[in-house]
Amino acid sequence: MLSKKQARAFFLGGTVVTFLIFIGLTIFSLSKGQDQTNHEGITEQVVRGKVLWEENNCMGCHTILGEGAYYAPELTKVLDRRGEGYVKAVLMSPVPWNPNGRQMVAYGFTKEEADDLIAFFDWIGGIDLNGFDTVVSPLAKDKIERQTKN
Amino acid sequence: MKYKSQKVAYWFFAFSMLLLVLQITYGFIMGFARIGFDGLHEFIPFNTARAVHTNLLVVWLLSGFMGAAYYIIPEEAQRELVSVKWAYVQLISLAVVGVAAVIGYHFNWWEGRKFLEIPRQLDYLVVVNVLLFLGLILATLFKGKRKTTTALVLTMGLLFAALLYLPGMLPFDSQVTDSFFRWWVVHLWVEGVWELIMGGILSFLLIKLTGVDREVIEKWLYVIVGLTFLSGILGTGHHYYYIGVNNIWLIVGGIFSALEPLAFLAMALFAVNMYRKGEKKHPNKIALFWTLGSAIVSFVGAGLLGFAHTLPQTNLYTHGTLVTAMHGHLAFWGAYAMIVLAIISYALPNMTGRKLYDSSVGRAAFWMANVGMIGMTVAFGVAGVAQVYLERKFKMDFMEVQAEISIHFVVLILCATLFTVGIIMYIMDFIKHGKPTDEELDLESDL
Ligand code: HEM
Ligand code: HEM
Ligand SMILES: [Fe+2]
Repeated sequence: MLSKKQARAFFLGGTVVTFLIFIGLTIFSLSKGQDQTNHEGITEQVVRGKVLWEENNCMGCHTILGEGAYYAPELTKVLDRRGEGYVKAVLMSPVPWNPNGRQMVAYGFTKEEADDLIAFFDWIGGIDLNGFDTVVSPLAKDKIERQTKN
Repeated sequence: MKYKSQKVAYWFFAFSMLLLVLQITYGFIMGFARIGFDGLHEFIPFNTARAVHTNLLVVWLLSGFMGAAYYIIPEEAQRELVSVKWAYVQLISLAVVGVAAVIGYHFNWWEGRKFLEIPRQLDYLVVVNVLLFLGLILATLFKGKRKTTTALVLTMGLLFAALLYLPGMLPFDSQVTDSFFRWWVVHLWVEGVWELIMGGILSFLLIKLTGVDREVIEKWLYVIVGLTFLSGILGTGHHYYYIGVNNIWLIVGGIFSALEPLAFLAMALFAVNMYRKGEKKHPNKIALFWTLGSAIVSFVGAGLLGFAHTLPQTNLYTHGTLVTAMHGHLAFWGAYAMIVLAIISYALPNMTGRKLYDSSVGRAAFWMANVGMIGMTVAFGVAGVAQVYLERKFKMDFMEVQAEISIHFVVLILCATLFTVGIIMYIMDFIKHGKPTDEELDLESDL
């Protein structure tokens, strides 16, 4: 039968080995050669957009890259789906945006702030998501194709 | 209760219960918003309610873990806590940070990073608070007469949980890297080091409640936490499939996260077997219910429902839908909420002297809360699966789908009401126990 000593060795050994592999894989997947995000494309404007995204906790209602809350639409491909003009109108609206009854917070962003957020969405939309971008709701490219056909 | 200083645990537990009530209140605000009753929107929009709901959850669980440590460590180390005064200071500072954060969320003062919304300035206070806590626990443990495996695993869990808070404070310009390290906190907490805390508390409770030999229980404890880290560390990869990093994580995360349920299965088998094996039948039946319940429900919520969406082929469709919320609720409930309620049920009679070991209110609380939470899980699950099909298979618009599934949130609210009645009864029992007292010091018995 397994002794307590062996059980402890299993715990320590397994932890150390998997932890080292984890660190190795982290370094590998964050290395320059493996970049799938167009990291160079993160301009100051994109960073300002990210700050606005965080300061207002947009993730508390929406998802982005599939992460966040499930109350409001996924925004990873929002520019492809809606176009820049629509998104700007939502962001700058002084009254709660609610075309379907569910209200968004009325941020009333300035034009500069809205542009920063658009730059952020634009950068996000270009990330290679290992296929998730083709599934995320509703399939942005399909929808645009359907609209152009109609 | 063997040491006077164990009494501080009571106040951590009481604080915990207060926050639980508030957490549930904000859960209802979100539930009603989802069926169209959004009257509070101007003061408490959904994102505020959500940040409060999830952060209060984390803080009441942490307060429960801290109370558990203040109760368990003196008894395991066989000495008084090094300082009771500083333990109260630590509780007060925890309360200050918690209250400040929650109030701030109502005034747009936060960092919109899911689960880590606490603003940077308050993060530093959290660090100080946790250092103080760890200092007290470690000093007590090392000055103590013995260092048991149970105490070591519990302390290791708490120490690593504190260390893992730090990667969450690193600033990044890239949303992808930001999210990558956010998971070092969130995932490595709930599917890693918190399982050590759970395992430590579970092992303490089983030793006390079943009377099975400590050596046997602690041997299996090592096996369980060994399985946890073996699968859980590389299992972090299940959050890296679709956020814009290398697809090597699809294989690594897929394989290792699929093994994670083994640790929870081991936990459930362990608890049930020790209970069967035990000669001693401790009279505290309510504590036994919560202890075994936690081991079993965590296997269902974390193990089975986690497995249901952890393979990359499934996660491609369920990632970021209500399926995740279904799993999040039962996993947090079974593994962490129930183990905190278990240690409270065990410790309260020993601290206060009111032996409400088998009250009908206590039993009803257990069943109503659990049936209610399982009902909520089913409601989230049905809504989630419908969402996945309509939105991601049939490409319907997000808001159209939300309208289709809103009926499931009526069911959610009904089940949540049953759940809440259970929690209120639990808290009534808590209050009925009265305050802790030194008269309950009992050096002889092993209760
Ligand atoms: C007690 C243990 C656990 C707790 C408390 C827990 C809780 C959670 C929570 C709250 C989330 C949502 C996180 C977010 O989106 O920010 C989540 C996501 C997830 N969990 Fe767990 N979990 C546990 C164990 C597990 C296990 C053992 C597995 C796998 C077998 C698992 C698989 C997943 C997956 C795949 C996701 C990502 C869902 C998505 O892509 O949206 N979880 N978990
Ligand atoms: C009255 C009871 C409750 C209600 C009505 C409720 C409702 C909700 C709602 C509506 C959400 C937001 C989902 C979304 O983004 O759309 C949520 C999130 C969450 N709640 Fe609750 N909740 C309740 C109790 C609890 C309890 C007791 C726990 C823990 C044991 C819990 C843990 C969570 C977690 C972890 C999340 C985040 C899930 C994720 O991001 O995937 N809730 N809750
Ligand atoms: Fe995870």
